[in-house]
Amino acid sequence: MSKHYIIGVFGDEEPLLEAVKEVRASGTRIHEVYTPFPVHGLDELLGYKRSRLPKAAFLFGCLGFTLAITMQTWMLGIDWPMNIGGKPALAWPDFVPVSFELTVLITALGMVGTYLVACDFIPGNEAKMPDLRVTSDKFCMAIERDGTNAAAVTSLLNKLGAEEVHEKELEL
Amino acid sequence: MGHHHEFHPAPEQFKPSDSLRRILMGMMGVGVLAIAFGLFTNPDRFWANFLLNNWYFMGLGLMGTLFLAIQSASNAGWSAGFKRIPEAMAGYLPVAYVGMGVLLLALIFHWNHLYHWAVEGIADPSSHHYDEIIAEKVAYLNVPFMVGRVLVIFALWYLFTRAMRRNSLLEDEIGGVKMLKRNKTISVIFLPVFAVSWAMSSWDWLMSLDAHWYSTIFWVYQFAASWVTAISVITLTVILLRRAGYLKMVTDNHLHDLGKFMFAFSIFWTYIWISQYLLIFYANIPEETIYFQERFEHFEFLFLFNIVINFLTPFFLLMTRGSKRNDGLMLSVALVIIIGKWIDLYLGIMPGTLGAKAGIGFIEIGMFIGFAGLFGWVLVKGLSAVSLVPAKHPFLKEFAHHEVL
Repeated sequence: MSKHYIIGVFGDEEPLLEAVKEVRASGTRIHEVYTPFPVHGLDELLGYKRSRLPKAAFLFGCLGFTLAITMQTWMLGIDWPMNIGGKPALAWPDFVPVSFELTVLITALGMVGTYLVACDFIPGNEAKMPDLRVTSDKFCMAIERDGTNAAAVTSLLNKLGAEEVHEKELEL
Repeated sequence: MGHHHEFHPAPEQFKPSDSLRRILMGMMGVGVLAIAFGLFTNPDRFWANFLLNNWYFMGLGLMGTLFLAIQSASNAGWSAGFKRIPEAMAGYLPVAYVGMGVLLLALIFHWNHLYHWAVEGIADPSSHHYDEIIAEKVAYLNVPFMVGRVLVIFALWYLFTRAMRRNSLLEDEIGGVKMLKRNKTISVIFLPVFAVSWAMSSWDWLMSLDAHWYSTIFWVYQFAASWVTAISVITLTVILLRRAGYLKMVTDNHLHDLGKFMFAFSIFWTYIWISQYLLIFYANIPEETIYFQERFEHFEFLFLFNIVINFLTPFFLLMTRGSKRNDGLMLSVALVIIIGKWIDLYLGIMPGTLGAKAGIGFIEIGMFIGFAGLFGWVLVKGLSAVSLVPAKHPFLKEFAHHEVL
């Protein structure tokens, strides 16, 4: 759903970081900041919580491990027990490589999937960005127009060193 | 964050407190008592533990050099500010050589019976000591060759270590990148030298205790154990120094990376452990399974506990990001690994030397405490000899700004 946004375009990371601090201090909610490369300290200034992806990873790991143990126990112990070198059908050292690999595989696939869904990066989706220049050399700050004093925000952004400030209606 | 602050790191002078000196002296005292007790009551146990501790702490010293070499070869900045710790650890090498020298003399003059392959007449079919399996190996396993290669290897390790330390101290005086580049060249040469010499040393000192048995992954296994122990010792030292008010540039970010190292190499150790175990278990060839049979028979609890203390404990305790940035927890896990890897080495040495007669008592614990005290003493001496911060290291600014997300 598209909305009206005030877009502040910055030429460098330092005025951007300063502006993020000031805009938040003025009580205005920042929708999102777009940068051509990861900017150190930006997440903290934006007040982002840490990603919960590691927790998802742990759960996917547990799932993979359980799946592997269940699969091997069923195959080698119940469905088709075999005598391999005189060892018991359910010999735990045999399970280690498969359990390890499946744990890693399910964790990796699960994390990639979770990440794509959480970030709305589903293949085929159109990329959401306020300005194509954020993929090369510009930094953009997007603020929802509704509920803010647009004129005040625009002048604040200008004062904080934005190279240009404009309004756009788009989906972010 | 891009602001161009002036960066003038100050040298720090480490002054060990009197209580630290007293603790280390007390530990050495315990060690002397344990050695005396062992020599008089049970010389076999003394010798086995003497080998264990010498190998353990020599490994730590050498891994100090390896740590520096890896950091140097990879142009790493994250470790620049505490590189004096591995340097000081490597200062233990000459001390370890004294102990290893005693073991060499014992081998030459048959003061003990650690190495069965050194028994006279082992390759002589007319002798009642004749052992046809070992007889096939005497081209490598004989006393003159062992002494010769040990001396060459020890000399190589020492020369590389000394050169890297000298260049590092020179850098403190002249600054610039000249010494960094020189140490990088030395490091790149050292890495393959280390790989081969470490492999041979682990065969010579440890694997040949079970001379009938061999495993091609054995040296990797011993490397993994020594390496993760050394990382734990570095972590422990960093935390203790930071708590005492030194290493002001070290932040939780550096601790986080050390924690990742501890976590990753605990898993690596387990990976090598299972690789060795699994193939032998699967192939089920008697001359290979004997190695684990001995361990199951007389050391079952420790054999299983080894996996709990060296894999499950660090794996679950260090899994989250927060735990690697928590210095109390990191300190505990470092200690767990240090003790765990002693148990691992105990399981490597005792079945092949003492077998059912092995045990853990005052000799074992006392000697480990004693050697740890000696190692700590040398470490403290090395740390207090020069500035704790390599103030002119070219990567020090990168070190100070190191951030782990």
